[in-house]
Amino acid sequence: MRPLTLIVSGVVLATGIFGVAAGGLNGQVFGTWVAALLTLAIFSFLYKDNPVYKMAEHIFIGVSAGYMVALEYWNVFVPNLWNPLVSGGNYILIVPFALGLLLFTRFSPRASWLSRWAIAAMVGSYAGFAVIGALQGDLIAQVRASMIPLYSARAVASVSLVENANEYIFALLGVIQNPLIIVGLLTTLIYFFFSREHRGSLGVASRIGIYFLMISFGASFGYTVMSRVSLLIGRLHFLLSDWLGIIQ
Amino acid sequence: MSEAVEKKSMIAKLSQVDRRLIYLIVLICATVPLLVGARVELSVSPPVRGLYDAVDELPPGSYVYLAADYDPGSLPEMYPMNIAFVEHMFSKDIKIIAASLWAPGPPLSQRVFDDIAPRYGKVYGEDYVNLGFKEGREAVMVSIAEDLRATFPEDYFGTPYDEIPMLEGIGNLTDMSLIVNVSAGYPGIKEWVQQVATRYGVPVGGGVTAVSGPEMYPYIQSGQLVGLLAGMKGAGEYEQILNKPGLGLAGMAAQSSVHVAVIVFIVLANVFYFIERRKRY
Repeated sequence: MRPLTLIVSGVVLATGIFGVAAGGLNGQVFGTWVAALLTLAIFSFLYKDNPVYKMAEHIFIGVSAGYMVALEYWNVFVPNLWNPLVSGGNYILIVPFALGLLLFTRFSPRASWLSRWAIAAMVGSYAGFAVIGALQGDLIAQVRASMIPLYSARAVASVSLVENANEYIFALLGVIQNPLIIVGLLTTLIYFFFSREHRGSLGVASRIGIYFLMISFGASFGYTVMSRVSLLIGRLHFLLSDWLGIIQ
Repeated sequence: MSEAVEKKSMIAKLSQVDRRLIYLIVLICATVPLLVGARVELSVSPPVRGLYDAVDELPPGSYVYLAADYDPGSLPEMYPMNIAFVEHMFSKDIKIIAASLWAPGPPLSQRVFDDIAPRYGKVYGEDYVNLGFKEGREAVMVSIAEDLRATFPEDYFGTPYDEIPMLEGIGNLTDMSLIVNVSAGYPGIKEWVQQVATRYGVPVGGGVTAVSGPEMYPYIQSGQLVGLLAGMKGAGEYEQILNKPGLGLAGMAAQSSVHVAVIVFIVLANVFYFIERRKRY
């Protein structure tokens, strides 16, 4: 083990012991210190890969797996299957119980084919739910929502009712919303139309479609950055507030 | 000549800057606004206003199904939304039935109730209830829509459904005035729209992580969602309308300063790239 690793580990451990001792050894203080030190251990990866980071990563994976197994056992297996079957006499539940047990045959190469029955039941039922939802909730509803007039008199009228600059911007966007949706939808669909070469008017429309796609990807990237920064802010807020008590 | 060499080496150095320096700048940009308590004024977007109005217009005593479908990994974005929704609903005397399709959801949901309910004098079982977690994703959504009691025979604490006063006469999701989903992924708001909003006609709104925001906006335009909060900014906007600043608003100043840093990095990287390319060819 390198001297730097030893020093970092020693500082983390000593800080933890000091913090818990200073905090009076109650459960909440102990939990906060563990969470704070594990957060710092994970952040240490930003400097470079190190054993302290690996330790925190392994703890996270182990605790998550253990927590999920316990949770699924007590919240799913016992109330949904075991209790109704054993105490309630609901013997039809033997079928899903048997299918569940078949999943464990994957551990045996000779019997692993049996697990396909359980997987087939899961895939079939989820495909059924997903297809109905996608057809009713996505396809039909979204196609219907795309059949809109180019000019919306209601949107134009709303511009004159605004009270401040922000509302004015949103009202103006409302006016150009319908034409943008229609042009964006058609040109993007044309971009994915590969039965004819993209030349002439088809090429122009396809090119406009690319711009719409690029704007869409840019918006997604921007939102992704915002999401990741939010996670950082959340951790920093925890460290500065719950752990160090510097901010409220 | 020497000046050109010096200039070239400087650009080469800047274009290959140590990534740890960038991390440090981002850390400073995120930390300083939190330390000084900086605040930014947010403009409330129509999707956020739509959800606020949908909750605000409900008469007292209405029932709202609050689906807490998130986990600690998405806490910074989802938790402020959950707090804002519960604050708003309790202030309007709306009854909340909370449940989750994500295993870690119920304790997070309960933490929000434990923090806020005493301030509004709300009583567990009479004004709000936490039905806990149920595995099954879309199948559970349809099951809740058909029969809430059969899906959740007991609440998070093991109390039988029939012994919870506020659930008397509540049979399924069509008894709810609104479904509000705090959604960090799958199963989440998209599935609530597909399986419940469209098929059973119960209005759905909620909050999502910023990553999944753009994917959900078409449901606003189609009217399948009454409103949407995307990420910490959405939470901040809702807090601003409620006039109850929380982590959403507190985090937006830090968020904005990091965004400025990221924009500067992107611009600089492009400038260096074009300078290098021009010199190469």
